[in-house]
Amino acid sequence: MSETAMRIEVFKTYKLYVGGKFPRSESGRVYEVTDAKGQWLANAPLGTRKDARDAVVAARAAVKGWSGTTAYNRGQVLYRVAEMLQGRREQFTAEVAAAEGLGAKKAAALVDAAIDRWVWYAGWTDKVAQIAGGANPVAGPFFNLSTPEPTGVVGVVAPRAGHGFSLLGLVSVIAPAIATGNTVVVAAAEQAPLPALSLGEVLATSDVPGGVVNLISGRTADIAPTLASHQDVNALDLAGAIDPEGPGAAAALEAAAADTLKRVVRPAADPSAADWTASPGTGRLLSFLETKTVWHPMGI
Amino acid sequence: MAKTDKKTAQPVQPAKASGLFEYAPAPESPAAAGEIATSYGHFIGGRFVDSSGSEALKTVNPATEQVLAEFAQGTEEDVDRAVKAARKAFADWSSLPGSERAKYLFRIARIVQERSRELAVLESIDNGKPIRETRDVDLPLVAAHFFYYAGWADKLDFAGFGPNPRPLGVAAQVIPWNFPLLMLAWKVAPALATGNTVVLKPAETTPLTALRFADICRQAGLPDGVVNIVTGDGRTGAALTAHPDVNKVAFTGSTPVGRAIAKQIAGTRKKLSLELGGKAANIVFDDAPLDQAVEGIVNGIFFNQGHVCCAGSRLLVQESIQDELLDALKRRMGTLRVGDPLDKNTDIGAINSAAQLARITELAAAGEQEGAERWAPECELPGAGYWFRPTLFTGVSQAHRIAREEIFGPVLSVLTFRTPAEAVEKANNTPFGLSAGIWTEKGSRILWTANRLRAGVVWANTFNKFDPTSPFGGYKESGYGREGGRHGLEPYLNVEALDV
Repeated sequence: MSETAMRIEVFKTYKLYVGGKFPRSESGRVYEVTDAKGQWLANAPLGTRKDARDAVVAARAAVKGWSGTTAYNRGQVLYRVAEMLQGRREQFTAEVAAAEGLGAKKAAALVDAAIDRWVWYAGWTDKVAQIAGGANPVAGPFFNLSTPEPTGVVGVVAPRAGHGFSLLGLVSVIAPAIATGNTVVVAAAEQAPLPALSLGEVLATSDVPGGVVNLISGRTADIAPTLASHQDVNALDLAGAIDPEGPGAAAALEAAAADTLKRVVRPAADPSAADWTASPGTGRLLSFLETKTVWHPMGI
Repeated sequence: MAKTDKKTAQPVQPAKASGLFEYAPAPESPAAAGEIATSYGHFIGGRFVDSSGSEALKTVNPATEQVLAEFAQGTEEDVDRAVKAARKAFADWSSLPGSERAKYLFRIARIVQERSRELAVLESIDNGKPIRETRDVDLPLVAAHFFYYAGWADKLDFAGFGPNPRPLGVAAQVIPWNFPLLMLAWKVAPALATGNTVVLKPAETTPLTALRFADICRQAGLPDGVVNIVTGDGRTGAALTAHPDVNKVAFTGSTPVGRAIAKQIAGTRKKLSLELGGKAANIVFDDAPLDQAVEGIVNGIFFNQGHVCCAGSRLLVQESIQDELLDALKRRMGTLRVGDPLDKNTDIGAINSAAQLARITELAAAGEQEGAERWAPECELPGAGYWFRPTLFTGVSQAHRIAREEIFGPVLSVLTFRTPAEAVEKANNTPFGLSAGIWTEKGSRILWTANRLRAGVVWANTFNKFDPTSPFGGYKESGYGREGGRHGLEPYLNVEALDV
């Protein structure tokens, strides 16, 4: 037998990431994920409404601990995610190449950008309060201070279009929300969920507490409306809500979110033209914050 | 504009306050309100115009039930006309150098100061709130708000929203009746400073100061169409927020209406800010300075007849000091003077409308039915007009309607707690999150508690303080977006760096 004899590759069973664990979908079902040319890549769990609700419970449970950690600590955890992602660069390059139909070089550049984006947001955690809050010079003898606080649980419809959507786009919507102390439930890109499900494995080994990020693959039209109407979800990022109509369309999700007055970030005017490599700015970072203003009299 | 019959001159029948030492009446002259026209149209494109429809509404003095004026029920056609006027004015207004826009706003601030007595009296007559509050709170804050945002108009590049932040376009603004002119200032000042033009709909029970503001715009020489005022009830408001050529919707009012607006604009690119209801907890710890706390509680719930979205309507008192605090609070409530809003001694004026009085009455009755104990000081109320005694309920549970629903009247629900953790738990046990109060002498306890309260404004050892530099707005179902301060610019700017 020579060294070059054919070896059967070990496939990965992709699973959801909920509450720091890797459950299969409660549906017991999977769906086929293919590359840009229609070649079978893997089966992904067909996450359900129930899976989404379970994830919200996990995300809510994680809010107190995660928002209560120091900003310095959150920064180190996010930096740790970058470190772990760096170590898995080759794996993600292959997954991004397959998901977006790109060559290895372009895919690797997108993975590098995703790693760098974690680093960018890691640095933001202990600075955002200083750009979003401050002392207010009220006309009277009062101490008056505004500080930003996390909104709570954010439902995220992961990007499904635009250059770099499958990993860089995903990181660009998760990282700003958790950098400021929110927790997230993510409806992974329906047709290209593998980078998201693998990201769960990175997060699980990066000191991110269980429940801070929850990743559900499946039909966006099932999972996104569940998040939009859920009483215990405080905000929605509709980056990937690109269905023109139906329950997964941005307008329908925003209307459902109105019942509980969720904070909503709408999808870009033309999501397919999005370039996720562009500088993210502070828009998303500041979108899931509540400003609290505290007054106290000054006197002796 | 029209004849002044003696409609503002009829005095409120005096209420005799038993148990109080007598004060000689110190009435402000209703004539200081200036001329009130018999009927008003809309202010569109720099002039008053008739409605396309024939329906007219009446605004009454809630202290006398006398009709003050008729005004137009804005139709869809009226709204469209106003939006067109605002759109037409937008190009020039938004391209005006910020330093020039600023000067218009400074002018408005100064004219408001000059005419503050007139506006204060007019506000008291139309709204029912005491002249002491319109004179000392509403009007100074209105002028200060314009003055503050005037200064931002040429400094937007430095406001932290990226280089060259742009206005949105036409802002549709719908405001409530509890602070009519102040809410106008909160909406109009930041919108104009950032280069937007405005169509504003005042509340249907309090349109007069907004219509008078049109005259201030005239005196300030504000270009036609920059501010347009369309009157009417909720139908007019819905037509305005639904108008396809509106870029921004700002609403202050009830949570159900806020929800409906959020639903209505779903799927559009309109930017929305909402300042909605509240059910604020006012937490008194056992080491609180009691006399100050009592003043704060009274100010928290009886200021403006309790018609305040951030009113401290749930008193959470530590069990060990409950009796002592309630004795002192009842004593203090016994000295509150309810009556003629134009009397400078009056603490509590008229309830704004018959409908609001009915709602307060209904909720207070529900408090009794559900088993809470009702108490109000003995005091006679004037005959005509809409009045409600300052009222407190003890033995209130968290499930009672009076602990959960916004009453928007002078009704305080008292609950107790034993530990700070329980206080926080109860304070946050509401879908609202607008404001909260904390009373304790211990600094670390203030910060510990403030950190855990899910509310946009936290007053520690004070309550109901407002300032144009201080952001105001809620968590959860109290809405989103902030008014006031640097934060108050963002809802009127195009900062969509999110369009990656």
